[in-house]
Amino acid sequence: MTTLKNSKGFWLSIVLALIFFGIMQFSISSGMLNPFYINTLMFIGINIMLATSLHLIIGITGQFSIGHAGFLAVGAYASAVMTMKLELPFIIAILAGGIIAAAAGMVIGIPSLRLKGDYLAIATLGFGEIVRIVLLNIEYVGGASGMQVSHLTTWPWVFACVMITVIVIRNFTNSTHGRACISVREDETAADAMGINTTYYKVAAFVIGAFFAGVAGSLYAHNFYIIQPSNFGFLKSFDILIFVVLGGLGSLSGSVLAAILLTIVTTFLQDYPETRMIIYSLVLILMMIFRPQGLMGTREISTLFTHKKTKGGKKDGSHNTVA
Amino acid sequence: MELIQQLVNGISLGSIYALIALGYTMVYGIVKLINFAHGDVFMVGSFVGFYAITVMDLSFISALLISMFTCAIFGVLIERIAYKPLRNATRIAALITAIGVSLLIENGLIYIRGAQPEAYPNNVLPMDKLDIFGVSISSQSILILSVSIILMIILQFVVHKTKIGKAMRAVSFDSEAAKLMGINVNNTISATFAIGSALAGAAGVIFGIYYIKIEPLMGVLPGLKAFVAAVLGGIGIIPGAMVGGLLLGVIEALVSAAGYSLWRDGVAFIVLILILIFLPQGLFGKNKREKV
Repeated sequence: MTTLKNSKGFWLSIVLALIFFGIMQFSISSGMLNPFYINTLMFIGINIMLATSLHLIIGITGQFSIGHAGFLAVGAYASAVMTMKLELPFIIAILAGGIIAAAAGMVIGIPSLRLKGDYLAIATLGFGEIVRIVLLNIEYVGGASGMQVSHLTTWPWVFACVMITVIVIRNFTNSTHGRACISVREDETAADAMGINTTYYKVAAFVIGAFFAGVAGSLYAHNFYIIQPSNFGFLKSFDILIFVVLGGLGSLSGSVLAAILLTIVTTFLQDYPETRMIIYSLVLILMMIFRPQGLMGTREISTLFTHKKTKGGKKDGSHNTVA
Repeated sequence: MELIQQLVNGISLGSIYALIALGYTMVYGIVKLINFAHGDVFMVGSFVGFYAITVMDLSFISALLISMFTCAIFGVLIERIAYKPLRNATRIAALITAIGVSLLIENGLIYIRGAQPEAYPNNVLPMDKLDIFGVSISSQSILILSVSIILMIILQFVVHKTKIGKAMRAVSFDSEAAKLMGINVNNTISATFAIGSALAGAAGVIFGIYYIKIEPLMGVLPGLKAFVAAVLGGIGIIPGAMVGGLLLGVIEALVSAAGYSLWRDGVAFIVLILILIFLPQGLFGKNKREKV
């Protein structure tokens, strides 16, 4: 019964999303929406992809990664090389961006598995910085001055990628694999004792998250006319982290909502970057002090309408409560 | 000779890393928190020193002391306002707060005074070139090194010979047991933040004198590298932070000397990832098994 109910809601939201897509596509092609709003819309889409992909790593699997901009950068540069240097079609560039970022996710995921909590956070931060510095030193992709990229990202591309990302991550979370990932988040040792291959699931989360971050990177690169390594510093990683934290660690709809909300806030505060960052940082601090579970906690939007109880737990799976 | 000169540069830079790393390692040792805002305390210290020297026209030593004092208060304020309510929260929550505090300090300062850089006056310390066995070493690097060493000796004295140092060691060993023994844990943690932040403030002034240019985002990279230094030496271990900082400075200088100066910032992180994978307890650390 519950599966039927759930799948009904699932198909309903897909239909709603398609209607939304149609309205937007109509207003864009009829010229009702000016380029500023179209750009904001694309940004919201890209940020949703970034937020949900990081949500899979942090929110579902509990691996605190703050180097997500590294995957974004890998995807952006890989796809830009595909279209600009090798002159391949955009679809191949998007896939290549995702796959190469996923490979990077595996490269960083496997050694990082020996680390936990703070150490993992710092190692991923270091990985993000290494990616940036490596890109800075490769002449082939323009070094510090960056790389020219033609504008190929359009609303249908963004919409399709966002839909695929959200659906894949939602279905992954609700599958056996997703539950295994959640058990790793709740208590790694217990999950291990229950026969779950924790290493496998941690790497899987990293690879899938990195793949979608890479896809988002392809769209991101082709939405600008130029990409530079400085676009992918750790401030970018923190931006993505804020989406996930604000939305609630462990809530897919929460991170989507936070991505939409914060992208709009960012757009309005574009001329005042310091004000934006002050607001962001205050949100982070106050959130952690007064509502550490985020806006949605581990709940999803759909559970707000039904009266189902969901159980939340500690996110990092540790019982150490010092600090 | 070129190599020895680079080594001297590396040791000067390394002593700055070591001073910052000490704060990281002490705070981590006592509350198990990576204090991301520590690099920004270092930046604030640098600005306080700058204003003390240019506006108030003070000498190097008094600017250093003012900066250390201001940073100590600043560090305690950060701890009391942002970290204390989270003593019993998850590690991740504390880490996110630390990131938030760091962003707040940086952007708050940019908001107040703008993002433009400042230049330290170059007549604060005498600029003589000393010739030692054919290697010319600026008197500045020697002064900087000696100030760092003096501060580290004072720190060792405080940690090992005074009552508050004993309390700090006790709390970092087992804060519950320390509380039962009548140690005021909150005050001890505040004292740790004060001492660590004072050292970061001193590092800020020294950095300003040595590298001239300071700006509101200058604390980020040295802060991260100092953290690497703390991990390299074994986090929570005070002599480890000193050795780790000096070692990291020398490694960076050697990489620059080898002609890869653009890769310099990356090396610290490569060192970090290698040390985390192969020697996670650090050079001086003891390997601890995690118990369920």
